[in-house]
Amino acid sequence: MEFVVFVLASAMILVGAVGVIVRSHPVHAALSLILTLFGVAVLFVAQEAHFLAVVQVIVYAGAIVVLFLFVIMLLGVDRTEDITAEPFRIQRPLAAIIGVGVVGLVAASVVAARNAVALRGDGLSIAEETGDHDSNIRQLARSIFGDYVVAFEITSVLLVVAVVGTVVLTRRMRSSDDSSTGSRAQGA
Amino acid sequence: MTAMIASLTPTTTWYLVLAAVLFGIGTVGVLVRRNPLVMFMCIELMLNAVNLSFVALAKRLGDIGGQTTVFFVMVVAAAEVVVGLGIIVAIMRRRPGATADDISVLKG
Repeated sequence: MEFVVFVLASAMILVGAVGVIVRSHPVHAALSLILTLFGVAVLFVAQEAHFLAVVQVIVYAGAIVVLFLFVIMLLGVDRTEDITAEPFRIQRPLAAIIGVGVVGLVAASVVAARNAVALRGDGLSIAEETGDHDSNIRQLARSIFGDYVVAFEITSVLLVVAVVGTVVLTRRMRSSDDSSTGSRAQGA
Repeated sequence: MTAMIASLTPTTTWYLVLAAVLFGIGTVGVLVRRNPLVMFMCIELMLNAVNLSFVALAKRLGDIGGQTTVFFVMVVAAAEVVVGLGIIVAIMRRRPGATADDISVLKG
């Protein structure tokens, strides 16, 4: 059962990820990204991270991809671009080599370390074992609001800075004739 | 056959290898695509690959700290997307249809 879930979710993730980089239409790429994010959410549930799976669906698949789609529509770049043309000749072979190298190195080290001795933490409470279905969210809350409460508070500063910075970045600078009509309106 | 499939349980190594493949696809995407929006989506793929390996290791090591880290990564990723898309909107307004090659020189 767990195996079937893993295979199906992996298929979702890989199909979506390949779709993001081969689809020539940005909207299609964003929709492929949703497929990948849902697959990751499924694997989060399989790995006893129930709260993070919910956040993944709401924040990533909900908010972030919608933000991407908003920007695509706002900029009017929702048209097919030509991705068969290759501006630099060695770029794609080089990218393929780097990609295969990264995957090969990481996968080899992971497989080599598969029997490494696990440094056990306090233990993750598994809902099926304890019979307590809220145990994951309770344990996570205890960690965030206990051990990492300072980081959590600093996160609020980060979010405020991000919001203010974005408003400043995207605000249209008032051009000279805009200001002249403004002063005329004030004079009138 | 069915019994054999049922007896297979995916170990942490499987999850980590899957995460490595996802990260590699994201890397290739960033290197190959020139549309800044799609490059941004590929960065999201890489972030998700790392999140997946954090969650898998949290289960393996029995440490909730891995999931807490993923929580913070998600918050930072959301902030990063907001700022990054703001920059892309500002650039695209100045020169419509710009690709990553057109904005390689940071002068106004």
